[in-house]
Amino acid sequence: VLDIRQRAGTLFAFLMIAQVLLISAQVSTKSGSRVLSLVTFEVFSRVQRAAAAGVNGLRAVWGGYFALRGVRAENESLRRQLADLQVRMQQREALAGRADRLQQLLGLRDRATFPTLAAEVIAGSPNPGMRTITIDRGSADGVLADMAVIAPAGVIGRIIGPTARHAARVQLLVDRNAAAGAIVDRVHAGGMVLGTESETVLRMDLVSNLADVRPGDAVIASGVDGIFPKGYAVGTVERSERGSGLYRTITVRPAADFSSLEDVLVVLVPPRAATRDEAVK
Amino acid sequence: VRTAIVLVALCAALVVQTTLSGMIMGSARGLDLVLIAIVYLALAYGPVTGMLAGTAGGLAQDALAGGIIGIGGLTNTLVGFLVGFLGAQFIVAQTLSRFLMFVAATFAHELLFEGLHALIEVRRFVPNYPSTAVQSGLNAVLGVTIFWVVEKGPTVLQNRRMRRASFGKRRF
Repeated sequence: VLDIRQRAGTLFAFLMIAQVLLISAQVSTKSGSRVLSLVTFEVFSRVQRAAAAGVNGLRAVWGGYFALRGVRAENESLRRQLADLQVRMQQREALAGRADRLQQLLGLRDRATFPTLAAEVIAGSPNPGMRTITIDRGSADGVLADMAVIAPAGVIGRIIGPTARHAARVQLLVDRNAAAGAIVDRVHAGGMVLGTESETVLRMDLVSNLADVRPGDAVIASGVDGIFPKGYAVGTVERSERGSGLYRTITVRPAADFSSLEDVLVVLVPPRAATRDEAVK
Repeated sequence: VRTAIVLVALCAALVVQTTLSGMIMGSARGLDLVLIAIVYLALAYGPVTGMLAGTAGGLAQDALAGGIIGIGGLTNTLVGFLVGFLGAQFIVAQTLSRFLMFVAATFAHELLFEGLHALIEVRRFVPNYPSTAVQSGLNAVLGVTIFWVVEKGPTVLQNRRMRRASFGKRRF
């Protein structure tokens, strides 16, 4: 009988090599270990859902019976209405901006709109190094990988696959591996917004040194990545300096408050490949 | 029994970590409960248990967080093994030595995790030292508290019960 305690070194070497091979396989194929990820996520998302339900239940009991019950319910209702109105306003603003530009250029009216699905955040990341959340909507609700996730304040992130039947993972825009195509609205300078080591600041790259970007300028999604809907708020320029190379050094304060996410909207539009033509536009 | 303890500890750490970080996103980096569980198990049961707990906990974290599967597994396996090995070689029964082990393990974990990410994603290696310092302190305080509760908790409760019983006899 193999006593693993007598062969700690061998077991250690085996585990290390196995995991190095696992990482190498994912890096070389870019496909990832989908089965392991899917099975773990599918099973654990049910536990997360139950835990979230339990915690929410406790919070609801506490808030409903021991705090101001009537005021709280009214407050909740008003907050929902406000969030709904903010989303509608953002949609209108985005559509109006696009329509104006298109009408000016081509005399055409933009009729584009997109369906969304409300989702509740049921869990955060199990790894403090990764900024992801789990929502209570999955493949059964039509949620697919790479769909955009937004909130009334602005862009939140994107779905990263694989999705479980009733749960999906969202990579937040503040994750260091996240990125989105964006433009500085006032000067129409295009670039790319990236997550940083900080949880409250984004970096905007690939904006020319010639662009007159100033602190306070609004940054919106450009739509060139094929994921995030064009015109949606990403954030506000916090610092803009002339870079040493071709591009400016810009930091952006996110529009959404990532410290307290409870409800989000999934944009139910399958992602499309970004094209060079679109990027040029 | 040990396997059950390891599994229960890791599952509990994962559930609490994901639930807490879902509620308080900004403070999510404050604690790494899975790492605390791994270091605790490594110190309590030795390098093999620490290593296996590291592998299981790290792979579960990777699979759930949605990154490259294996980076967290590799990091936690190494940390679990090293902590267990050091715990077996030196006397780490004191609160201070345990505290230092938790701090060192958190720093080692952060450096390895960031280093591997930087290596694989071909980007700059930029560890966030202030954030890691805060996390290591919190991890150490919670880890040492868990040790105290597990080791001293039953004795304290028993003593309190005995004191109450003797007080009752003296009165009546």
